[in-house]
Amino acid sequence: MSMLSFEKKYRVKGGTLIGGDLFDFWVGPFYVGFFGVTTAVCAILGTALILYGAAQGDTWNVWRISIEPPALSYGLSLAPMNEGGLWQWITVFACGAFGSWIMRQVEISRKLGMGLHVPFAFSFAVFAYVSLVVIRPWLLGAWGHGFPYGIMSHLNWVSYIGYQYAAFHYNPAHMIAVTFFFTTCLALAMHGSLILMATDPRRGENVKTGEHENSFFRDNIGYSIGALGIHRLGMFTAISAAFWSAICMLISGPLWSESWPSWWNWWLELPIWS
Amino acid sequence: MRENLNIFTKVQVAAPDYPGVPIGDAEYQRVGGIYHSTFMGRFGDAQIGPIYLGATGIASIITFFVAFFIMGMNMAASVDWSPIEFMKNFFWLTLDPPPAKYGLSFPPLWDGGWFLIAGFFLTASIMLWWWRTFKISQNLGMSNYLAWAFGSAIWLYLVLGFFRPILMGSWSEAVPYGIFSHLDWTQNFSLRYGNLFYNPFHMLSIAFLYGSAVLFAMHGATILATSRYGADREIDQITDRGTGAERGALFWRWCMGFNASVESIHRWAWWFAVLTVITGGIGILLTGTAVDNWYLWALERGMVP
Repeated sequence: MSMLSFEKKYRVKGGTLIGGDLFDFWVGPFYVGFFGVTTAVCAILGTALILYGAAQGDTWNVWRISIEPPALSYGLSLAPMNEGGLWQWITVFACGAFGSWIMRQVEISRKLGMGLHVPFAFSFAVFAYVSLVVIRPWLLGAWGHGFPYGIMSHLNWVSYIGYQYAAFHYNPAHMIAVTFFFTTCLALAMHGSLILMATDPRRGENVKTGEHENSFFRDNIGYSIGALGIHRLGMFTAISAAFWSAICMLISGPLWSESWPSWWNWWLELPIWS
Repeated sequence: MRENLNIFTKVQVAAPDYPGVPIGDAEYQRVGGIYHSTFMGRFGDAQIGPIYLGATGIASIITFFVAFFIMGMNMAASVDWSPIEFMKNFFWLTLDPPPAKYGLSFPPLWDGGWFLIAGFFLTASIMLWWWRTFKISQNLGMSNYLAWAFGSAIWLYLVLGFFRPILMGSWSEAVPYGIFSHLDWTQNFSLRYGNLFYNPFHMLSIAFLYGSAVLFAMHGATILATSRYGADREIDQITDRGTGAERGALFWRWCMGFNASVESIHRWAWWFAVLTVITGGIGILLTGTAVDNWYLWALERGMVP
């Protein structure tokens, strides 16, 4: 039922990293594997702790539920459960679940004879998360520097951190990250459009060819990166967006703790004009 | 494993010049030479050019440079035409919109007039370029997905510099032209209206922007990982599915219980990218016109912790 018409011949043994054949099976459409089990355990425990934390709080309003990290005074030690300990364990399980998910993608890639591009790309997103809740708090010496787990509370945290550095838009790594995000969005629109323009063409026309795709962008901007190239470009800009997002946070505090606009003074003080 | 990564093209075919699919009786023909770059061929396609300009393309380029020239000259005037001061203050230089006292009237050139003229030419350039995207897809018998996606970006651009200033009754509401000045505008805009993070359309726009990055990472990685099965030939995979598309689909089905098809992933892609700017434009348009303070707006609805 949950199998696609062509799926049966692909459901073969092998490709696992841990556990041999023990977990080498499917549940509905999902592949399990050793890392599927660890993903499930971490995700269920983490979610349960979030629900428990919400029950300890004073609201079930989904916008206002928040699991706060420990106070800065706890430094890098374990905090009591209702004073940030929950946040710490949820973070542990989130890291476990995301890491397991990467490894699960590796096993599925191996099973299907695919390259490891997907787990490689996903690891950049995980790196960005780990930077915010593990690496940066650790560099700053307190788990309290992590962001709270809540819809509005994490937005407040972003505002607060931004204004702590006066104007976060002046952070050069933030500039690069935003530029990569916008570029990814632009390239995604261009690529999605092009494929649909060729396969869902003007009324009465036949489906177009790869030559039409190249001709369109050459006619439009003088260069077509090609069918393979656009996927290289898109993956590169997407993981660069995640990477520079992580960097812009890791340098805020550990490397630079003043206002970001004043960081640019080095430019005004270059020996050429000062 | 390493030979299957397909990050760079290792073996290149020296292809002959290809001017493109014949465009028949199109009013204008392609211009510019055709070059082949081995370096570009390592990442993508080696051929550079030709380009189809047409009357609108040429007009678009001219109007763009007029706008660019006006901005540059105003910035140069602001540092007394000193080239060294121009470079030193480059990131801080700005061409600002007129002060609020002029409302929607035309101010003196030195007090925002040049800003309006630059904006006129920039808008003209963008609109002419938009026209080209319809024209080129028509030449090739293709549909207009790209033109409408570009149109959605133009919607956001016009909201920022045209529709919202008109609704607010003053050109001073427009975004200044300058590196740091447009960043300052963004921050001040958020502060003035009680923190834009509480604006639900801003939330949607950010979600679609991040979603676009996630989708392109997923899609790009899937195609590269299955490129040895020919998955990068997406038109062929859509019209006559091969093992590349099947493996890519099964990867996501086994990973997250759901998969797109080669065609539908491009529809997901198109909508995520397009909705980023559509929702962003709605969020900006409502700010200051329908809602004065997003923090209070969210507070009244019980959203603020």
